[in-house]
Amino acid sequence: MNVFIDYLLVFAVGGGICVLGQLFINYTKMTSARILVIFLLIGVVLEACGVFESIKEVAQAGITVPITGFGSNLAKGAIKGARENGVLGAIVGGTKAASAGLAGAIFIGFLSALVAKPKSKGVK
Amino acid sequence: MILNKEEQKVYKKEIKDVAPKTKHISTLLRAFFTGGTICCIGQGVNQVLGILLPSLTEEDRGGYTTLLMIFFTGILTAFGVYDHIGNFGGAGSIIPITGFANSIVSQAMEHKREGIIFGICSNMFAIAGPVIVMGITASVVVGIVYLFL
Repeated sequence: MNVFIDYLLVFAVGGGICVLGQLFINYTKMTSARILVIFLLIGVVLEACGVFESIKEVAQAGITVPITGFGSNLAKGAIKGARENGVLGAIVGGTKAASAGLAGAIFIGFLSALVAKPKSKGVK
Repeated sequence: MILNKEEQKVYKKEIKDVAPKTKHISTLLRAFFTGGTICCIGQGVNQVLGILLPSLTEEDRGGYTTLLMIFFTGILTAFGVYDHIGNFGGAGSIIPITGFANSIVSQAMEHKREGIIFGICSNMFAIAGPVIVMGITASVVVGIVYLFL
């Protein structure tokens, strides 16, 4: 039963964030790059204020799988770096913490572009 | 025919009723469903990793979850499946980390014809570039602020 409630929360929070994004698309005609940047920065700010951890305890993957989680990783790494390694850590830490997402996406992107044949898309 | 301001207002009101409306409610519901589902998959991957590899720290488990989600997205994008998810889900497919990965993979695939260096490599970040630039910049700012706290 606990697991069920966990997943319900994940679903509700994750879905809610996406509905917010969809509202941006519907009412402001923003492109996906802008929406990604906005939610990323929300994640960074939430983490920097220390709110993110408490949301994460409740919503778990609901807030870490959306791009807000990527932003929080960046901020978390930078804060940790600043505390442990001073100036170098402050500059390097964020990228270090987010490098799983970055390196993974770049690698798989390059590989699949090499292997896959581009399809002509009907809808863009 | 040039309309004065008053007439323009009236005209705008009139076309508002006639112009086709975007199906707001249905796009919202689909975004909710898609986003929620992707997050639940992430949660599931995370929990399964916790069972299979109990020695991982929570942070490492998060890293592996991200990697796996991105890996799945890469495959789905390469086979053209993620496009369908995107058409259905709208923002629900853009905002999760899978949407970020999809933007890189699909841009890379789309520009394959222009060559490896100037096609794939230089166009890969057409959408993800702003995200990376803003994200890393913001993280450095946060880091520097925390140096003084």
